[in-house]
Amino acid sequence: MHDFNRRSDEIQADKQMMQETIIIEPGRSDRHYWLELWHYRELLRVLAWRDLSVRYKQTIIGISWGLIRPFLTMVVFTAIFGRLAKLPSDGAAPYALMVFAGLLPWTFFSTGWAEASNSLVSNANLISKVYFPRLIVPAASLAVAFVDFMISFFLLIAMMFWYHFSPGWKIILLPIFLFLGVLASLGPSLLITALNVKYRDFRFVIPFIVQFGLYVSPVGFSSSIVPEQWRLLYSINPMVGVIDGFRWCILNGQSQLYLPGLALSFCVAVLLLWIGIDRFRKMEKSFADLI
Amino acid sequence: MSDTIISVQNLSKRYLLGHQSAPPHSTLREVIVRESGNFIRNAFDLFRGRQIIQGDEVEEFWALKNINFDVKRGEVIGIIGRNGAGKSTLLKILSRITEPTEGRVTLRGRVASLLEVGTGFHAELTGRENIFLNGAILGMTQQEVRRKFDEIVAFAEVERFLDTPVKRYSSGMYVRLAFAVAAHLEPEILIVDEVLAVGDADFQKKCLGKMGDVAHDEGRTVLFVSHNIAAIGELTDRALLLESGSVAAIGETSQVISSYVSRGRAAAAYVRPVENAARGPHISRAEIVTSDLNGVHQFGEAMEVKFWIRHDAPMAKACFSFQIINQFQQATVHAWALYPAVRFGNQEGVSLLRCKFPSLRLNIGQFYLRANLSEPPGGDLYETLDGICPFEVIQTEAARLWPWHPSDCAYHEHWDWTLEPSTAQSKVG
Repeated sequence: MHDFNRRSDEIQADKQMMQETIIIEPGRSDRHYWLELWHYRELLRVLAWRDLSVRYKQTIIGISWGLIRPFLTMVVFTAIFGRLAKLPSDGAAPYALMVFAGLLPWTFFSTGWAEASNSLVSNANLISKVYFPRLIVPAASLAVAFVDFMISFFLLIAMMFWYHFSPGWKIILLPIFLFLGVLASLGPSLLITALNVKYRDFRFVIPFIVQFGLYVSPVGFSSSIVPEQWRLLYSINPMVGVIDGFRWCILNGQSQLYLPGLALSFCVAVLLLWIGIDRFRKMEKSFADLI
Repeated sequence: MSDTIISVQNLSKRYLLGHQSAPPHSTLREVIVRESGNFIRNAFDLFRGRQIIQGDEVEEFWALKNINFDVKRGEVIGIIGRNGAGKSTLLKILSRITEPTEGRVTLRGRVASLLEVGTGFHAELTGRENIFLNGAILGMTQQEVRRKFDEIVAFAEVERFLDTPVKRYSSGMYVRLAFAVAAHLEPEILIVDEVLAVGDADFQKKCLGKMGDVAHDEGRTVLFVSHNIAAIGELTDRALLLESGSVAAIGETSQVISSYVSRGRAAAAYVRPVENAARGPHISRAEIVTSDLNGVHQFGEAMEVKFWIRHDAPMAKACFSFQIINQFQQATVHAWALYPAVRFGNQEGVSLLRCKFPSLRLNIGQFYLRANLSEPPGGDLYETLDGICPFEVIQTEAARLWPWHPSDCAYHEHWDWTLEPSTAQSKVG
């Protein structure tokens, strides 16, 4: 009686779920987990939308706040690293543009990671009362960080116009490095948010790591100033590969891409992702009891 | 293929509780020893990946122990039990929110759970936005929510306030909206945990009505936890009684309810506390003899109320009356024993007054007594006792034909219908 309005493929998918038996046992891993994650994909969108809507309720300039922070950071870094310290930029690109090209992926990683770390705990009321694959919660935080990224991207385009700097063909390859950035963010996010549920100490560690990472990663400076013998070791930080890649795409060949470093960063990102998903899935069943 | 949609086998759930040991004198040395012991234990637990418990001692608490039962497709099962019996824990395990410690559950259908109304509601978002948010959280697709949007708003009666942030809603509006979204879920298995006891009486009736539709008209499998025994009796076919984590009874609803009400509930009696000794005539004890045990009375059965009146000196023209007061503070029955029709208290000692009701036809609900001992009207009032002898009237059979609710009426009178044949229509002149 109620099926008339539903699309036939929806009914088909539901019938499939209906016939599948779910067995709940201690220590049993869910064979249907990834299928369920697809089934709950709308919830990811809704949670991200909720976080974004709430952020700008009862504000006046609303979305502009998303632009002011990266802009000011860029100004400060350019002044300190570019003018005062007189560090070299990549090729002939303006220092500010180089900084911003690195700031873009870094901001995505740091805000995504910091939000994700506390996402499970702040959604405790959902975790303890409703079932859905818990991976959706940190993924929603990353989705919100992604929206911020897109907003800052427009600021980047505006800056390119300002400096009369054309990006060249390599900018089409930007989505590849964006994808690498998402990989590099997702692994640590899952790991830290699962650990934070069990051991609340991590709440204090995270701001410190973010601060530390901001200066260790090549955001305010170019990674070309790192001495040759240390460059490979430096690339263990997965964000080094992502930031270098972003600069290579945006700055139209003014930035050189260090391929061994990129490969290492990619491997570390994938390793962290694997560890993150593994730990998260193992701890997932006990979230409701610990949160 | 069997029709079993839920199968629970040997289900157990254990929690770890921490306790602070409270030594009488805590010297610094004792504190250091105790705290380092805790630290070492926590470090070992951390190492082995176990849960870290705050406290000096750790105790095992089994919230559920060896639960076994099956549910067939389309059945409506009630789960009852006292607070702390393990009902919510069982529902959490069935909803996959928490994992069992032992045992296994097999589900052959999609489950939607209502463990709390307004899960995920965000105070800053408007009513409209929260409907979509809550719907998505409960597992409805956005398309489904859009399709049912008007129905949901009509059920909640908040149309005017849809675009106001929910933080401005009254508590009644909040729960109405929350329940309205949840009431329009369409899963195969629906699990509901005590969420119907919200809102005013009218809304409760509406919620129960909706639950009734879901259970009986739509043919879903429903697991329903409630403290409202009347609702359980009315909506469910079978029931499960949980006591301290184990199944105490399972079977046909009325039998399980009788089993429940006869356990550990206080009898409908009053004994005067020793410290309230009075000089003059007073009521020393009161008792109601109900049809079932422990203060529960079946509608229509005979009931007897007994009062022991102690008087150290003979009373002249003593009068006694009592009222039966319902949960709405209305006096539904007023019985009196007035001089000279009933004479008591002529000699010193204790008089036992018994009042018999051949068939008590009060509507279902909770009641108590207010008793008055006095001289004839116009004279002295010796004593009034209020709020004594709580008892409950229940009705398990006839409620199936028409769902009874305590607010429907105070009393079910006897009535008789006859039909007059219709007279021929007179022509309009």
